[in-house]
Amino acid sequence: MASLANKPDLIVNGKRIDGRDFDELRPIKIEAGMLKNADGSAYVEWGNNKILAGVYGPKEVFPRHMADPAKAIIKCRYTMAPFSSLAEHGRTGPNRRAIEISKVTKEVFENVVMLNEFPNSEIDIFIEVLQGDGGTRAAGITAASVALANAGIYMRDLVYAVSAGRIEDKIVLDFNMIEDNYSEADMPIAVAPRNNEILLLQMDGGLTREQLKQAIGMVLEAGKKISAMQKEALNENYRKVAEQYGQK
Amino acid sequence: MEAIDIIKSNYIRELLTNGVREDARGPNDFRGVSIKPGIIEHAEGSAQVDLGATKVLAGVKLVMGEPMADTPDQGTISMAAELLPLASAEYETGPPSPQSIELARVVDRGIRAGNCVDLADLLVAEGKAWSVFVDLYILNYAGNLFDASELAVMSALMNTKVPKYEDDKVVREERIKDIKLDNIVTSATFAKIGDHVLLDMNRNEENAADARLTVATDGSAVRAMQKGLSGGISVKEIDDMVGIALAKHGELKNLMEKATKRSL
Repeated sequence: MASLANKPDLIVNGKRIDGRDFDELRPIKIEAGMLKNADGSAYVEWGNNKILAGVYGPKEVFPRHMADPAKAIIKCRYTMAPFSSLAEHGRTGPNRRAIEISKVTKEVFENVVMLNEFPNSEIDIFIEVLQGDGGTRAAGITAASVALANAGIYMRDLVYAVSAGRIEDKIVLDFNMIEDNYSEADMPIAVAPRNNEILLLQMDGGLTREQLKQAIGMVLEAGKKISAMQKEALNENYRKVAEQYGQK
Repeated sequence: MEAIDIIKSNYIRELLTNGVREDARGPNDFRGVSIKPGIIEHAEGSAQVDLGATKVLAGVKLVMGEPMADTPDQGTISMAAELLPLASAEYETGPPSPQSIELARVVDRGIRAGNCVDLADLLVAEGKAWSVFVDLYILNYAGNLFDASELAVMSALMNTKVPKYEDDKVVREERIKDIKLDNIVTSATFAKIGDHVLLDMNRNEENAADARLTVATDGSAVRAMQKGLSGGISVKEIDDMVGIALAKHGELKNLMEKATKRSL
């Protein structure tokens, strides 16, 4: 959290600092399949976030001794580019924060990917934050889901993620960076929409039991919109491929 | 997973179908807790916590440093966890594993979000402030490192004394006051095994777990949460776990206050 001395008014006349309502998502644009080498890919613009996800696999496990004869293993690497933040130049490669995010993200996809279909193989998920403006892990997971589907990897569900939290006494959806820095609580959540199971949940700040329920409810509601955008991105990619090969 | 782990996991699941835990505890019972504060005299604060057979040592060192650029009015706190190779056969030497990084960061979030340490009070002069280094040493792994570590860190902080600082020098031999604390946070970690939810999993229960949720609270609000493992959790289950975590806070807080002879 940044110093409270510089804290701006996050809520003015019932609107948020960027003019949104409390339960309003930032503008989201999702595109599937723009990387030719990757088996699957997706690009997400989520507010000022610009995030690229690429998937390779299923392929042979490296190193070999990590192979599981019963199922595929998933590797996940979330990183922020050194130029991605409005603040100082960052360091290349994953820091401690990124290693933790990579771990919990991997666990999300271990749930939905049908690992038993690909014994002895590995699936690599790369999430590159090119520009970060709050909520990058949620946007990254949303992008990686689309990339996995774009790679044709069997999944039980198309996961989405978004954060909710608290500003003053208001429960608020999808923080931008300034809100993230000065909010009273922040809680990224990833959901499998078919049964609304929570696959990722992290939180810090302060929420009562009631506020927590309200925040999760807000996420589940917004998730319907995110899910629709993910599906539309995949459909759009199929239409493009069909056009390319002259099929209507 | 090794064959023996699978066999033990199946055993845990089979017991649960009859509503029984391996060590005969109720679903919402902690194992026995022992807190020994101040066992490392050289550290400004320390505590060893045993949670059943899980043993965790937390040490606190204070170093005179500079505030961070974006918080010039505060000292700093940072946390690291070492899964020592002597703590379990599967722990190996080398750079910090994702598991140890997650552990340290989750414990850190609870303490930080709970505003436990008064960081402003660590400022000594303009541009001079104490940096608090908390190191978690995992001595024996027998399940649920999260709650044992949260207790160890919180107890070590309650045991921490600030050294004298005079003529631009830290006088380590003289400790002038307790570190200023504003809140006490405890955590409760749950394992979901099939449809069963268990507080404070032992080693075999952790092996069998589909999902894990850590809830750190100060008794009135939730301060930090972390879900782990690949299984899903329903919204209802999360709410139940939060309720139990809030209810368990007082019991753990009392244990720490009694052991460290310091209360807030």
